[in-house]
Amino acid sequence: MLRTALGAFALIGALATATPARAAGEAIAIPNHPFSFDGIFGTYDRASAQRGFQVYKEVCANCHAMRLLSYRNLRELGLSEQQVAAIAAQYQIQDGPNDEGAMFERAGRPSDRFRSPFPNPQAARAANNGAYPPDLSVIAKARNGGADYLYALLTGYADPPPGVTMGEGMNYNRYFPGHQIAMGAPLNPDQVEFADGTPGTVENMARDVATFLQWAAEPELEQRRAMGVKIILFLTILGGLAYAVKRKIWADVH
Amino acid sequence: MAEGSGVAASDGTPRRDFLTLVTTAFVGVGVGAIAWPFIASMQPARDVLALSSTDVEIAPIAEGMAVTVMWRGKPVFVRNRTPAEVQEARAVPLSQLPDPATDQSRVQKDQWLVVIGICTHLGCVPLGQKPTDPRGDYGGWFCPCHGSHYDTSGRIRKGPAPRNLEVPQYAFTSDTKIKIG
Amino acid sequence: MAIGLHNSDIKNPVIRWIDQRMPVFTMMQKEYGTFPTPRNFNYFWNFGALAMVNLMIMIATGIFLAMHYTPHTAMAFDSVERIMRDVNFGWLIRYVHMNGASMFFIVVFVHIWRGMYYGSYKAPRELLWMLGVVIFLLMMATAFMGYVLPWGQMSFWGATVITNLFSAFPFVGDWIVTLLWGGFSVDNPTLNRFFSLHYLLPFVIVGVVFLHVVALHITGSNNPLGVEPKGPQDTLPFHPYYTAKDSFGLVIYFIVFASLVFFAPNFLGHPDNYIPADPLVTPAHIVPEWYFLPFYAILRAVPDKLGGVLLMFGSILVLFVLPWLDGSPVRSMRFRPVARIAFLLWTVCFFVLMYCGGMPAEEPYVTVSRIATAYYFGYFLVILPLLARLEKPLPLPESIARAVLGGGGPMPAGAAAKPMDKA
Repeated sequence: MLRTALGAFALIGALATATPARAAGEAIAIPNHPFSFDGIFGTYDRASAQRGFQVYKEVCANCHAMRLLSYRNLRELGLSEQQVAAIAAQYQIQDGPNDEGAMFERAGRPSDRFRSPFPNPQAARAANNGAYPPDLSVIAKARNGGADYLYALLTGYADPPPGVTMGEGMNYNRYFPGHQIAMGAPLNPDQVEFADGTPGTVENMARDVATFLQWAAEPELEQRRAMGVKIILFLTILGGLAYAVKRKIWADVH
Repeated sequence: MAEGSGVAASDGTPRRDFLTLVTTAFVGVGVGAIAWPFIASMQPARDVLALSSTDVEIAPIAEGMAVTVMWRGKPVFVRNRTPAEVQEARAVPLSQLPDPATDQSRVQKDQWLVVIGICTHLGCVPLGQKPTDPRGDYGGWFCPCHGSHYDTSGRIRKGPAPRNLEVPQYAFTSDTKIKIG
Repeated sequence: MAIGLHNSDIKNPVIRWIDQRMPVFTMMQKEYGTFPTPRNFNYFWNFGALAMVNLMIMIATGIFLAMHYTPHTAMAFDSVERIMRDVNFGWLIRYVHMNGASMFFIVVFVHIWRGMYYGSYKAPRELLWMLGVVIFLLMMATAFMGYVLPWGQMSFWGATVITNLFSAFPFVGDWIVTLLWGGFSVDNPTLNRFFSLHYLLPFVIVGVVFLHVVALHITGSNNPLGVEPKGPQDTLPFHPYYTAKDSFGLVIYFIVFASLVFFAPNFLGHPDNYIPADPLVTPAHIVPEWYFLPFYAILRAVPDKLGGVLLMFGSILVLFVLPWLDGSPVRSMRFRPVARIAFLLWTVCFFVLMYCGGMPAEEPYVTVSRIATAYYFGYFLVILPLLARLEKPLPLPESIARAVLGGGGPMPAGAAAKPMDKA
């Protein structure tokens, strides 16, 4: 019986290993970057994520929307209600129609979604040589490698190796699939000045914005893991009890 | 399932022992814990709760007129009352009211009455916002569904409704603006 | 006793009153209480109960997801992310539903595998087996349509590719495809009908599961020896023996399930499905969900479009005739040394196909897929019919009780009698 149970687990294991094998497919190996949210007990480094939001706001947001996030969500990063309201108020949000039937602009509120830099994908393409800057709301879930990939991409700009001919307006990146990316290197040293004195190196900015984007994609991560640990513990004890009950009931049969 | 295994023998003698009791208790806790997320998921979501305030510009509302604004999916009546209407509301002795409340306790500024436009009987929207609407016997609102009459303070005066029109939480953010919620 | 009232044995007066008028309690007692069940089940026999529980989980989570989901091309993706972000415990319910589909297929694959290894499809359980294949087909349809609902890139392109399969049929192909789409491409009408059917089919599955259980309780369960119980000494009452055993298996299943949901919720998914559907851009490497990969590999192994489609459908439809392809009277592979190896090799082929299905359609995967596909069908259509004539099975045990308790020797009287005191 143990043998068959082990067989069942081997089966499940085989299923599990079949999947990443396919995901690895033709992809470029993404180096593993240590993040605060790695592992089962990892949590988001709030300070890093806040700096990451600053990077997003000052750099990425010029082209990339995050339409699934609202300013109120920033409360979860540890910003106060006043800070969130102040950030929201920096943006003019289209609202309406008013009583005259016209659309109007007003200062943002915490309940508003992040304002998109372009009104629609066509406008985004037109402003970016035909390349569409993807929405970053769930980008960490939408790319193989997640935050590791984002970090690698942001720090992976380099001069093209000899023999590689670059397309018009394309940039060489060691980790982008195909190595030719339309986005120019977005982060430059000291581009963003952090209030907490963290040096504005490309690596720091990339780590912080990757942390921010990971949080944006999986805001439930901490709650999920904390709940998971409790539930697995509970089930382990229940499993022990259920096994003992089963043994007891079967004791007189074998 | 495990919960049944405590009563094993079919001759009717319960065989409850510590082990099965503990297991049963664990299963009970587990089932209860499973039910909670489902129930909670039906409560208002966070984006719904975040939208729970509405700003109203009151400067355009002339004396004697009223506007209806949407707040949390419900109509809110904002009425600019005439001095006569205020006078009328305050002259009524509390003893004549089914749900006694002073007019002063229901307004922040004498002329401005803000109430949720939902009849406290069974949830219809009373008439009386437009000048042409019937306003009932007391000059306030009249609910056409089951004939409840409200006065100029939104208090129930006649009909089946048990309570006065509810006053939502609101605040004057400036002389010409109120924020509901 | 009044005319027409059921003669109930239940003591509790309230339950008795109900039971006399509607004997569901007597039925439960008979079918799940005292139901005589072979005493020698191993843990593979848990998987039917696990599948039942899994179906219930899918229906419960699905109903609550449907309360928040919007089946419209412009809103579907965002409504799913709203569930993940704003709905209370929405992330939990969605991840349980999403990974529940994978768990369901793991459980059902093991359940089917067990049926094939221990010959549970053989007479008199042919209809039971065929109903199971119907459930499997309905599950696949439901899972496919469910995967379309989040309206990500894989949803859209999966739907496009799978519905296009039907265009392979001559004359009526294009007509069928347009019918499925409700338009000229996968679009809003398609999404709407998929949502409607995705909500409907699980209840159809519940109906067929009911028939599956009815059929099971007529023939009784097979067992690892494949020898029918000959008397009370070979069986145990379902409760408490198998309720207890199933409960333990259920907890283990929940641990695996919870590990996925809480610590690797997107492990079995594809990142591209977090990119909103774009009808103008096909993802570089499109693959179906992992549980369709073996069948996808069979599709791609055939260079001809219609041939590939027919072979893919055939790979499941062949299960319907399996009871008649395998003419050997011996059920359990334990006593069929040659068939056992042939079947384990078939299992390997299944995993090989699963692996190849996830790989790009290039060498060596195409050739490997072809070999595995050939063996997949060869096992059913050639090996099993031949082995039924040629193989010499090992001697079968006289009875379950003999095999379990006595190892072939004389039966210890006490041990055999004891459980019967309770039955």
